[in-house]
Amino acid sequence: MKEVVVLSGKGGTGKTSIVGSLAALAKNKVLADCDVDAADLHLLLEPVIKQKHEFWSGQVAVIDEEKCTQCGLCQELCRFKAIEDFKVDPVSCEGCGFCFHICPAEAVTMKENLSGHWFISDTKYGSLVHARLGIAQENSGKLVALVRQQAKLMAEKEGADCIISDGPPGIGCPVISSLSGASLALLVTEPTLSGIHDLERVLGVCRHFDIPALVCINKYDINQENTRQIESYCSSQGVEVASKIPFDNMVTEAMVQGLPVVEYSDNSVSREINLLWQNISRFLSKN
Amino acid sequence: MIISIASGKGGTGKTLVATSLALSLKDKHKVQLLDCDVEEPNDHIFLKPVITRSEAVCIQTPKVDEEKCTYCGKCAEVCAYNAIAVFPGHVLVFPELCHGCGACSYLCPEKAVSEEGREIGVVEQGHAEGMEFAQGKLNVGEAMATPVIRKVKEQINHDGITIIDASPGTSCPVVEATKDSDFCLLVTEPTPFGLNDLVLAVEMVRELNIPLAVVLNRAGVGDNKVEVYCRKENIPILLTIPLDIEIARLYSRGVTLVQGMPQWQESFIGLFDKIREMVDERSRSLKR
Repeated sequence: MKEVVVLSGKGGTGKTSIVGSLAALAKNKVLADCDVDAADLHLLLEPVIKQKHEFWSGQVAVIDEEKCTQCGLCQELCRFKAIEDFKVDPVSCEGCGFCFHICPAEAVTMKENLSGHWFISDTKYGSLVHARLGIAQENSGKLVALVRQQAKLMAEKEGADCIISDGPPGIGCPVISSLSGASLALLVTEPTLSGIHDLERVLGVCRHFDIPALVCINKYDINQENTRQIESYCSSQGVEVASKIPFDNMVTEAMVQGLPVVEYSDNSVSREINLLWQNISRFLSKN
Repeated sequence: MIISIASGKGGTGKTLVATSLALSLKDKHKVQLLDCDVEEPNDHIFLKPVITRSEAVCIQTPKVDEEKCTYCGKCAEVCAYNAIAVFPGHVLVFPELCHGCGACSYLCPEKAVSEEGREIGVVEQGHAEGMEFAQGKLNVGEAMATPVIRKVKEQINHDGITIIDASPGTSCPVVEATKDSDFCLLVTEPTPFGLNDLVLAVEMVRELNIPLAVVLNRAGVGDNKVEVYCRKENIPILLTIPLDIEIARLYSRGVTLVQGMPQWQESFIGLFDKIREMVDERSRSLKR
């Protein structure tokens, strides 16, 4: 079974709009939203939630005021500056438990932390595994890994050919967690200097983890010179530009209607995304 | 005063707002701009800073002296991240899992665990357009952004205006970048994705107990639901930037809004005045 993850480095280049359309075009697949701290794919797919699960991850230290002798050792040793005035700031606490282990008065306990929820849903395009990280929570990488694992189980159960994942922006922990072991990364970029800079970094991450990549230049006609620069960069890196999608306000109109753009209207954007899906399919069948 | 710029959704215009706000204030105030989007820092593209100092960001990871080690397993037992495994006659360290808390080294009964720095990124300092500038860069392939962000924030000088450009999302890197700010500006766009992620970002900033307001970018695209939400939640929209192909073109070329269209400077000064009023109001109400 193949797994395509859509990444971008820079945020707001159009990952989710494209995944929404791929969801409508791909036949036998499971969908996963790996952008767990700002998930948007559900806005296009109208999921009906079938299962809701709690995501418990990591711990937070709590100091018992009654037992605390205010010796200050925990404050001195905590490297995350999470303890002040003999109280733990749960937002700064990374749950390492150092304070728990060293407290001479045994005043520290480690409390399990409810970090979010994950869901299995039905959509008109197939099953969707998605999640919501709790507010100001850590461990988004672990939640992403869980979403992918569940999507794989679902795909095996349904006999799906592939998983299409909407990834998070950036290059850090949730991105690495979305990417490792995938069959293909589709990198969506835009012809801005920021877009190019961020594409180079996310392509570096793909290289680092040895994941093949295809590039899609979204809104390519906003700056044709930058588009040419991206094309020559990709060719120098031996990476194929699988699609160039023109700018069209239709994409936002479709989003406002809660529809993937290929379902909203037949226009140049829809035709280009169709072509993109053919290129992805060809790549997956060859590799 | 520390003002952080965050968004929830990516690509809504954080960098545009951070750079133009900083440039608009620099003639009258001491301004420093810190790019804390260490996964994809972009401010430097627009400001072309002169970097004068560069410092590696290291995580302290354990190094086990097997001469002294008795393989008692204490280090593995106390490690919350499973970054050390102890076998009879052998200790394995997984540096990429280590958060650098120091527990293993401190608690080793044989003092067999020392620490060595592992570079995960870099903090660069310098100046741009008469402002102090600093940015963090997470090394490609590294997962942990927060130690790099913490290091960038060590550059904060408390005698002027510090503008922090955060990363998209609402999880740990954004919390690390925005916490301890006096004010948080959330940049969004009037689309369903923009609204969905704005709501999450507002919850996060409220959790951190930081006063906040919204900048609405690309007004005219999409619908009016962001405005409806902000009215209902009593969140002021302090600046509205229209959907304008000229602004998009400037951005694509790496030109800041106030340098490409100087008429915008006044709007950003007005934005700062409103922020200052809200911060002052807040400190008065806290004193009461």
